[in-house]
Amino acid sequence: MNRCLSYPCFLCFSRSVSNMLCILLGVLALHLLVFILLIVSTASSQWTVEARGHTDLWYNCHSDTQGYHCSQASNEDWIQAVQALMILAVVFCFVSLLAFAYQLFRLFKGGRFFFTSIFQILASVFVMCAAIIYTVMRPDSDKDYGYSYVLAWVAFPLSLISGLIYLILRKKD
Amino acid sequence: MLRVLALASVVLLGIAPQASQAITVYTSWERHALVGSDIRLSCTFFSWRSISEDVSFTWRYRPDGSKDSISIAHFAGGEAYTDNKGVFKDRVEFVGNPKRRDGSILIKNLDFSDNGTFTCDAKNPPDIVGRPSSVRLLVFENLPIQAGVITGAIIGVVLGLLVLIVVIYYLMRFLVARRVFSLSVSKHGKKKKEGSQQRQGPAPPADPSKVKAAASEKKKQESRKDKK
Repeated sequence: MNRCLSYPCFLCFSRSVSNMLCILLGVLALHLLVFILLIVSTASSQWTVEARGHTDLWYNCHSDTQGYHCSQASNEDWIQAVQALMILAVVFCFVSLLAFAYQLFRLFKGGRFFFTSIFQILASVFVMCAAIIYTVMRPDSDKDYGYSYVLAWVAFPLSLISGLIYLILRKKD
Repeated sequence: MLRVLALASVVLLGIAPQASQAITVYTSWERHALVGSDIRLSCTFFSWRSISEDVSFTWRYRPDGSKDSISIAHFAGGEAYTDNKGVFKDRVEFVGNPKRRDGSILIKNLDFSDNGTFTCDAKNPPDIVGRPSSVRLLVFENLPIQAGVITGAIIGVVLGLLVLIVVIYYLMRFLVARRVFSLSVSKHGKKKKEGSQQRQGPAPPADPSKVKAAASEKKKQESRKDKK
């Protein structure tokens, strides 16, 4: 029963060690999901879609009677800032994954996953900044948002939750 | 031996006729400039011969969309001549040093109508056969930011800060742990005759909790290693 004291009681189903393992696996699955969402949102160029094409973050592609043409996205400073912040979010999420793997095996009993949580929360802050900058600075207000933009906004709360879970999680053996 | 001679003769025959031909002229590929600013267009050449007295440079300008080019600057016989009738009147200056193979010109007070191709042709008698080289001039109202510069800068700064913070953190931890270690050793030396270093003892009340965590983590890792 002592094991139930250090994390919220509604998570405490049984006294066996497999409970801890389930929680760890669940948190790891969430982390991997966030990582995949971030990668897809950063790499695919579909932050804005229009009738015959899509633009941002890296390419502007449109299809007309002659075919499908792609050109590089504009070089404006805010787009470059969004690119940088998304890449940093991906990098920090990956570093957080590595830190989690490291701390899983090397942390002493009862310790918190401090570094993992810090990097994950920083990643979520970067995604939030990137999404906000993109929303505010976008010139065309009548074009629709693409799925990359939606994924970025989805990844932000998921990564924040994941980071906070790491913060309150304590390692038991 | 015969093969070496044959090879050497082929190489020499290949080079020798070129020594009196083929001057190569070099300029930039493209230049960007702001309206109203000055720009220096550089032109240099390579020639197997030494610089002669009759070295000459000729600059031509072809506006965008036009097929004709006009001559705007000429250097020959030790004298520089610049445009005194056309669009570049009083705006072109020959600033190169022909004795050092430099035939650069300076164009002042750029305007949007100066967009075009500038061609430099250099001759170093008897080296006169060569292709002129062109530089494209683009005049902007605001200089555009190159792709990826700001991106790279932001990423570099943030990752650099991260590395710096990690290094400082580990350095602080190392220094503080070492200080705690030396303090407790001196305490042990005062209290007990046989110094056992297993129990670090209660830390002095002035130490921050970080020190305790560092020290206890060290102890736990040591005990783990002992177990293994």
